[in-house]
Amino acid sequence: MKYQRDPKRIRDALGKKVQFLLGDMACVYGGMLAGCSFFAGYPITPASEVAEGAARLFPRIGATYIQMEDEIGSIAALIGAAWGGAKSMTATSGPGFSLMMENYGYAVMTETPCVIVNVQRTGPSTGQPTLGAQGDMMQCRWGTHGDIEALALAPSTVQECLDFTIEAFNLSEKYRNPACVMTDGEVGHLRERIIIPEEQDLEIIDRVPAIIDKKKFIPFMNSQTIKNCKIPDFPTFGTGYHTYVTGLTHNEKGFPATDKQPDHERLVKRITEKITNDASKLVMVEKLNLDDADIAFVTYGATARPAESAMEIGRKNRYKVGVLRLKLVWPFPEKEIVKLAKQVDKIIVPEMNLGQIVHPVREYAGGNCEVISAPKIGGEMHHPAEIYKYLEGK
Amino acid sequence: MKKEIRICGFGGQGVILAGFIIGKAASVFMDYHAVQSQSYGPEARGGAARSEIIISDEKIGYPRPLGVDCLVAMSQESFDTYRDDITDDTIIIVDPDLVKNHNIGRPLYKVHAQQIAEKLGNKIVTNIVMVGAFTGIFSLLKPEAVKESVIDSVPKRFTELNIKAYEQGFEAGKNAIKEL
Amino acid sequence: MEQITTADELNKKYLRDGMWPTIFCNGCGHGVVLEYTLWALEELGWDMDKTVFASGIGCSSRLPGYINADGLHTTHGRAIAFATGIKAADPDLNIIIFTGDGDCAGIGGNHFIHAARRNIDMTVIMINNFIYGMTGGQLAPTAPLGSIATTAPYGNIENPFDICNLACALGANYVARWCVTHPYQPIKSIKEGLQKKGFSLLEFLAPCPTAYGRRNKLGDIKKHWEWYDNNTILIEDYKKIMQYGTEEEKKELKHKFQIGVFQDLQKPGFFELYGNLVNRLQIKENEPKEGKK
Repeated sequence: MKYQRDPKRIRDALGKKVQFLLGDMACVYGGMLAGCSFFAGYPITPASEVAEGAARLFPRIGATYIQMEDEIGSIAALIGAAWGGAKSMTATSGPGFSLMMENYGYAVMTETPCVIVNVQRTGPSTGQPTLGAQGDMMQCRWGTHGDIEALALAPSTVQECLDFTIEAFNLSEKYRNPACVMTDGEVGHLRERIIIPEEQDLEIIDRVPAIIDKKKFIPFMNSQTIKNCKIPDFPTFGTGYHTYVTGLTHNEKGFPATDKQPDHERLVKRITEKITNDASKLVMVEKLNLDDADIAFVTYGATARPAESAMEIGRKNRYKVGVLRLKLVWPFPEKEIVKLAKQVDKIIVPEMNLGQIVHPVREYAGGNCEVISAPKIGGEMHHPAEIYKYLEGK
Repeated sequence: MKKEIRICGFGGQGVILAGFIIGKAASVFMDYHAVQSQSYGPEARGGAARSEIIISDEKIGYPRPLGVDCLVAMSQESFDTYRDDITDDTIIIVDPDLVKNHNIGRPLYKVHAQQIAEKLGNKIVTNIVMVGAFTGIFSLLKPEAVKESVIDSVPKRFTELNIKAYEQGFEAGKNAIKEL
Repeated sequence: MEQITTADELNKKYLRDGMWPTIFCNGCGHGVVLEYTLWALEELGWDMDKTVFASGIGCSSRLPGYINADGLHTTHGRAIAFATGIKAADPDLNIIIFTGDGDCAGIGGNHFIHAARRNIDMTVIMINNFIYGMTGGQLAPTAPLGSIATTAPYGNIENPFDICNLACALGANYVARWCVTHPYQPIKSIKEGLQKKGFSLLEFLAPCPTAYGRRNKLGDIKKHWEWYDNNTILIEDYKKIMQYGTEEEKKELKHKFQIGVFQDLQKPGFFELYGNLVNRLQIKENEPKEGKK
């Protein structure tokens, strides 16, 4: 029988409204609340707790958990499940994320919603499995071949692991594009208080189903039910639309159209523009003390926490410093950076990598202010003092 | 107010659960903010494990401790490994049966947690005795809140045993004095 | 509905309009396997709204594109993993996978192994033509010793992969191998495979005159079909000869492909077991609480 989201059953399985919870586990909660009914994964530190949580809770709400043979199979199964009508998720870390890259692109090309939680650890290669990093931020944007738009959120707290997983599902369902929760070994392995949102406070977005006459339905073009919308309606398998889905360049009907330039351009422009055209709506940032700031930390995920602490130390020492925290990292909040760069003299970008998000920051700062990378690698987050010293210009 | 607590022992002793109970008591059964982080090696058992909790009345930014206001040690190796950053103000609680070489030239609290647990019939609740002792010595959390947290965090069929462990640990903590 | 008696009628009913001509070469075996599959579906009377075809990459994987049903043309080797998700999301769907020797036994081997082991409810139709045809004739893992391919210009020295043997060892519910040169048994066998709970594999030996035949003195399709006749033997005959035959006769069998049904079991499929698990938990949940674990 197909899964039906049952709020009571979900809440019974989740338990008390206020909990002291592990970040990884909060991603499972978020998925369940969002209506996810399929989890496929493969054990990997520091993301295994997500799979373990799903293995324990998903069967209790009638959802499916399956441990696949590898991460390639995991994301493949997610995409299949999505076409079968499910909301689907997986969780992994760097090595698994690398394995997923081909099918991640397939999900983009076939406009398949699914959610990947990446509990980032250090790399390259096997790196430091138990320790956190933010080294996959560019991989999630550019790691698959070809032209894509990415949807990626970076939680800084355990509560955000829950909230952003729901948000990732919403974005993924809305835009019919995979979405990533780019958490890390630090936040994933923290425990903090979470409050499970009430049912009436949840905003849950579902893909727009194909409902029009089967003979008139065209699966890979602008919506036929919503005006001026580049996101096609979703013809769930088994509903009689007889849709052909392929990773090959395809025409609006879904059939291979691999040898003509305009076909490819039309398709790939539509699947990227459906996101870029909405750029002004797709901004999720938090601003702290920016009103009078002449120095700003631009930060995201775990690193936002020591950056905020550094800001507090800085304020006490009369630095006019603020924080721009990117909750949604991709699509990149270009306009926010343009504006910020015109206001402040200096932007400092602390990251648990050797400098990734600093690049788009520098691009959109456009020379209007100094942009400084504040990298740290090795599996430890920045100490607030290590970020503070950049205020002193050291 | 911001307090940083470190509980250490050997893997399998339940230091993570002990930290979890304290963090939950503070943030779920009281109104503090709390963050628990943990460090572990690749081994599932043995080795030195630690669990760190920050409790604050304000939002917690940097989630790793910057110091240690209270150190609870349940094994020699972990006591030796995880005390290099203690200060004169750090409150130290050890089980002297598990941390034999605890004479570091300064007074500390000694609680025979494992003995208490054994008398209750199961050494496995040593960590809960220590949670009680911590609550009694480091007067930060309401004893009732910690007790509720214990009850909420342990398997139901062992509730009675764990309550006893907690209460006797709490008493032992209340009666403990700093000694060399 | 009227009785279908000819291939034309069959095609009209099951294939999409406007997809002709196909990408397949003259003499290719893929169309034959498709035809056998459609006959089996017709005889079973399955609802094509509830039948989903999945495939990976390669010539065989293009088959779902011609069928008027939902089809998921996935990445190379991964169709089985994709299909696992489809079935999980909607257990009422029938899942059929078209795959090739490279797609299934090469790059997709691991997914195949684990789906067979888990007894995932699906029917895998692997068309084995000993070659990577779409990419122009590179060596496949199933190619017999000595086969010539663009990447084995001096003859294959690798042991070929016996995918049926593997599936049997993994406990797949239904395992059969046939040749496209035999019309009737394969259709019956596909029907059995489709109706089976759990995992079923049907391997088809099928010619690729363009990429394999030409390089291996089998470019002429008649010769290619004769090769199959000379190099295959029914399992039952094989067993008889191995039991009662002379040493000479036994020796002659050594290089031959056995064809027929290798395994036919009745184990429950993965999703039946998973459904039982969900029910078991629900019953437990409704019982008075004695405490959590």
